[in-house]
Amino acid sequence: MKALLTIVLMTIVFTVYSQPAAEEIIDRVDRNMSSENRVFESTMTIKGKRGSRIITSRSYTAGDKKSFTEYFSPPREQGTKMLKLENQLWIYSPSTDRIIQISGHMLRQSVMGSDLSYEDMMEDRKLIDIYSARVIGNDNIDNRQTWILELTAKVEDVAYAKRKIWIDTERYVPLKEELYAKSGQLLKRSIMSNVIRIEGRWFPATIQFKDMLKQGEGTEFKITSIKFNQEIPEYIFTKAALKQ
Amino acid sequence: MIRFLLKGLVRDKSRSLLPVLVVAIGVMLAVFMRGYISGIMVDMIEQTARFNTGHVKVMTKAYADNMDQVPNDLALIGVDTLKDDLEKTFPDIEWVSRIKFGGLIDVPDENGETKSQGPAMGIGLDLLSKKSKEAERLNLAKSLVRGNLPVSKGEVLLSEDFSRKLKVNPRDKVTLIGSTMNGGMTIYNFIVSGTVRFGNTPLDRGSIIADISDVQLAMDMNDSAGEILGFFKNGYYEDEIAAPVLAKFDKKFVNEGDEFSPVMLRLRDQEGLGLYVGLTDSMGAIMTFIFFIAMSLVLWNAGLLGGLRRYGEVGIRIAIGEGKGHVYRSMISESLMIGIAGTVIGTAFGLGLSWLMQTHGLDISEFTKNATTGIMMPNIVRSRITPPDFYIGFIPGVVSTVTGTMLSGIGIFKRKTAQLFKELEA
Repeated sequence: MKALLTIVLMTIVFTVYSQPAAEEIIDRVDRNMSSENRVFESTMTIKGKRGSRIITSRSYTAGDKKSFTEYFSPPREQGTKMLKLENQLWIYSPSTDRIIQISGHMLRQSVMGSDLSYEDMMEDRKLIDIYSARVIGNDNIDNRQTWILELTAKVEDVAYAKRKIWIDTERYVPLKEELYAKSGQLLKRSIMSNVIRIEGRWFPATIQFKDMLKQGEGTEFKITSIKFNQEIPEYIFTKAALKQ
Repeated sequence: MIRFLLKGLVRDKSRSLLPVLVVAIGVMLAVFMRGYISGIMVDMIEQTARFNTGHVKVMTKAYADNMDQVPNDLALIGVDTLKDDLEKTFPDIEWVSRIKFGGLIDVPDENGETKSQGPAMGIGLDLLSKKSKEAERLNLAKSLVRGNLPVSKGEVLLSEDFSRKLKVNPRDKVTLIGSTMNGGMTIYNFIVSGTVRFGNTPLDRGSIIADISDVQLAMDMNDSAGEILGFFKNGYYEDEIAAPVLAKFDKKFVNEGDEFSPVMLRLRDQEGLGLYVGLTDSMGAIMTFIFFIAMSLVLWNAGLLGGLRRYGEVGIRIAIGEGKGHVYRSMISESLMIGIAGTVIGTAFGLGLSWLMQTHGLDISEFTKNATTGIMMPNIVRSRITPPDFYIGFIPGVVSTVTGTMLSGIGIFKRKTAQLFKELEA
């Protein structure tokens, strides 16, 4: 009996001590997901109640402060460009030849009818800088062992006061995420899949977003190509580049 | 006999003045209130119909369920075909497509940067077709303050107060930032052709009116519209016309299992207007009843007082052989004359007041400036004189006078004849 008890206790102690601290987990997630800069092309399939639309784009990102996206299709969106500098966002519409700054409640609007908001698009900060974390359990997603982390905002200017993230215990990438309002209401759910290894880091190439307050079947965001640590000309991140 | 009674009434002012005054005041109030309330109701209902509800409205079932949010992602698709079908099925109704939308109006400076910005509610309607009556229906020409109505694509009307707030003049460029039918962001340029003032605070606060083809282009709503409104050709909503239209529509167009199937709502089924439609229909009866009760009570008491004062006269008349019934009938005949006289005077004054109110109106904009309901209350309320106003006062005026006299007469004659003699001796 004593031996059995000892084994059980040792197993618990081993399990606890073999699991890294929550901060360490999200730090490793950040190292996978963030980079000095990156250039990627993507397709966004928006599955509405009356059919689907596919939007293709190319994005340039430098750290967590600058990003630039150009849309290629469908024809209505072709040539539309978005520029994020610090916490400001501008959108250029070629049909009106106007650059409009998106601010205030407009940041919560859907991007091209998808389940992503402009606010979601703007959030590039490292998780460890804006959330405090704690491990609240384990789960299994598609035969992958995960830790469930609960993240609570430690700064004011975040879109979601709480997040719950399922982190792959081996590859340190999120496989599922739930985003909550301050009231505790579930606002969005994302499922990450197609995890690929690029330049020594793991990265989910497909993300299924679902705005829980919106009808439709969600938005599938697929990265068709991605390159990290590229040399991006500085003029890309200027308002002048929007009209070019 | 009538002449004799009339002379008595004219010579003995204490017998006629108070009752005539009571009747005249009561009838005047009844006539005026009826005209005033029916004026407000009809104005409110028809203004709401023209801008918002139509006399009947066709939408998708899903759109109708969330109508307050103007969910253009759930709008009708294939509206041209549907409208043609509606026109064939209901030729006595005029059908028009409308798109309501919300968004921001952004005004650029000379460098294209935002100079000013404000939230707006918009209506897209047929302004450019030659046969369209939409501009007339919304009284746009008379509401124009500056500039002119849109005459070509890409032109828009702004409410005057909104344009002043944004510092925009006719021929200036403004940009609409809103949501497409797919939920994406739309950015669309317009040239301001003119400004309008509707005399309705919520509309004047921040409205834009554009041709529906521009709005369809801006919102990515090709051959789509949020609503198809139907207007009865007599110009007024009537339940009797709407009910069979609704029944026929349900039978022909509605598919219960499909959330995008078209559904029809009558005016009375929208924005809580059913109550107002009901009230308008019964306003004459309500006013007549209220004033009938109130005036009967007053005249009953006036009759009792008058009767008590006339105990001596009644006693003598009975003593010299006049029958009780004859005395009673003569008193009722007197009251009939008083009622008619009071009603004529009251109706004349009531109509006069109503005419003043109809011509000049009453500005209630202070009370409606924060209104947020879908019901459109005009800023200036006016009475509405209709044929029933000329005779409606006779019901409370004459009936209540006669009823009052009859009741007081019964009271008087319940006393014994001997007691009347006793009172005469005293």
